[in-house]
Amino acid sequence: MKHTISILAAAAVLGSAQAATAATEIEFWHAFTGRLGELVAEQVETFNASQSDYTVVATHKGNYSETLNAGIAAFRAGEQPDILMVFEVGTATMMAAKGAIKPVYEVMGDGFDQSKYIGSVKGYYTSPDGNMLSLPFNSSTPVLWVNRDKLAEAGIDPDTDMSTWEQVGGVLDALKEAGVSCPMTTAWQSWIHLENFSAYHDVPFATQSNGFDGTDTELALNGAAQVAHISAMGQWAQDGKFIYAGRRNEGGANFRAGECALFTESSAGYAGIKAEAEFDFEVRPLPYWKAVADEPQNTIIGGASLWVMEGQSDEEYAGVAAFMDFLSSPEIQAKWHQDTGYLPITTEAGELTREQGFYDANPGTDIAVIQMTAKEPTANSKGLRLGSFDQIRGIIDEELEAVWAGDKDAQTALDSAVERGNALLRRFEQAAR
Amino acid sequence: MEKRVTFKGIWLPLLLVLPQILITAVFFFYPAGQAIWQSLFIPDPFGLSMQWVGLGNFEYLLSDRYYRASFVTTAIFSILVTLVSMGVALYLAVLADRLIKGSGAYRTLLIWPYAVAPAVAGVLWLFMFNTRVGVVSWYLGQLGYDWNHVLNEGEAMGLVVVASAWGRISYNFLFFLAGLQAIPRSVIEAAAIDGARFWTRFRTIVWPLLSPTTFFLLVVNIIYAFFETFGVIHTITSGGPQQATTILVYKVYSDGFVGQDLGSSAAQSVILLVVVSILTIIQFKYIERRVHY
Repeated sequence: MKHTISILAAAAVLGSAQAATAATEIEFWHAFTGRLGELVAEQVETFNASQSDYTVVATHKGNYSETLNAGIAAFRAGEQPDILMVFEVGTATMMAAKGAIKPVYEVMGDGFDQSKYIGSVKGYYTSPDGNMLSLPFNSSTPVLWVNRDKLAEAGIDPDTDMSTWEQVGGVLDALKEAGVSCPMTTAWQSWIHLENFSAYHDVPFATQSNGFDGTDTELALNGAAQVAHISAMGQWAQDGKFIYAGRRNEGGANFRAGECALFTESSAGYAGIKAEAEFDFEVRPLPYWKAVADEPQNTIIGGASLWVMEGQSDEEYAGVAAFMDFLSSPEIQAKWHQDTGYLPITTEAGELTREQGFYDANPGTDIAVIQMTAKEPTANSKGLRLGSFDQIRGIIDEELEAVWAGDKDAQTALDSAVERGNALLRRFEQAAR
Repeated sequence: MEKRVTFKGIWLPLLLVLPQILITAVFFFYPAGQAIWQSLFIPDPFGLSMQWVGLGNFEYLLSDRYYRASFVTTAIFSILVTLVSMGVALYLAVLADRLIKGSGAYRTLLIWPYAVAPAVAGVLWLFMFNTRVGVVSWYLGQLGYDWNHVLNEGEAMGLVVVASAWGRISYNFLFFLAGLQAIPRSVIEAAAIDGARFWTRFRTIVWPLLSPTTFFLLVVNIIYAFFETFGVIHTITSGGPQQATTILVYKVYSDGFVGQDLGSSAAQSVILLVVVSILTIIQFKYIERRVHY
């Protein structure tokens, strides 16, 4: 009896080992934990069950920076995965690593229809001639979150128009007057109030089409429009109308707790706000300055994309292509979009979501999609491609903190951010030469 | 009269110290040599190419006024961390040394914080002082003090100093307590009989006899403040507001692992190596003279 069991067990082990060798393994390193991690695992399982040629093995490698570092270290050791998730600010680093990456359009082969991907989503990751270098995976864009109850309490009509910052300014005055302790807060200040601000008002964030046309780019974020915005925000900070909570999304806790009336944050904040907020909330398009632009251009994305690493076998690349094709299919994309609040990467997935009635059942979830896709992106609103950008954001954070604290005026702070950021860009240019 | 064991020949002693030399070579000289070598290049992150820049990385760093300011920040931070962690530890050790009942329990409790990883300690302190939901900042608010370490540089520095020093107090406490207990009771009792009060006894007997421990802890704590505190800084302030809490080692980390600028990061490591060597030499040359073994 004991023998039979051990023989059976041995046979089972052998059998599964054979199944594993028969299928080509595709290694996929990502940065997701918690609910998002589960959703990624679910996608991978669905793919693995759908065919028998390839097995995708998904591994969590820490946060965005850690995952990128793990990929770099692995490449140096010759042990790189097939697919590496890299956050959007790492795009220039990956692009410059010519011998280390294999552009997605090459992996996907001749039949690859790039036109089905949403322009303003893929635009961040395309080469100057419009070919996709990586596959957008999770993308979001900033919107304005409104606590309707708070507005009503302060005697303001919750439906009041807040499409422009001029109008928001009036609302902030009224909120402050009504004694609200936190009229407005923000997450990701550089991403929302400078990077997206510039794209949304169609002014350059950096020269050379925001770095798309070459690494000899210089920051241009100290233009008149940006200075005016940061100056207004600085004044609001001094008046206690804008409450600064931190460099990342610390402000989210204050908004979800019902303390703040307005909150500029990523559209992907949806899941968290929906789960925690015990008040009537609403998503509005990001405001723009009427004085700067008659109508807004599109906003840009944040999030991550999937890069294919160089140095793998042809079968593995065929598997990568199959997996990416699977991820781009309307059903999988629509489910991902609805589960996470991230933007759909294809037009079809967006349409499918609308047909399924998701936007009607969850009002406001399509604001981000509309805001991104209403206009064809310009050179200023395609995205950003700057080396050492994670560090440049750190510099911008420091300089903005000086404005919020009242230590510097907007012009001085942004001039200083440009000067310090340019020094990093020059180093990156030298390293990437 | 010193007793000394002498070896005949050179091979046996060499063999005996070989493991130590090997370990030092593999884990210290080799990486340090690599850092010096790398500091002369601007490499691309993937190791595909390297640009020889000679001393260019050092020039770039030293001409950056924010990097120079980081030296001052590091000095203030290290001095404060060392003073706070050693001062509190000495105070607690003196109290625990005088305990007769239940000293074991007190000692065990005081050692606990040492088991908490710096990054976790950082998160704990961050929660307590969170400007909106923190317990401590709420009480401070009740007292009419508006705590805001995300914008106030002094408060941010205070917070990272306290969080870094806190876990270290236990470690220092252990050494101070052991040092205190090694002081012969008879000497202290003799002084007491001669009419010396506690403070006089501490100043004239305990403190000098404790000096080897104090000196050891001074060296170790400064090295701790220089190198091992970046977890706390990363979780609490990320070097901000502005650059108020960007100490040298945090900049090494953020340039190397966030910015992928390995050349600058390597050059900073070399500078840090030089600074700490100089500090240690100064400590051994000038302060150790005043130590009574």
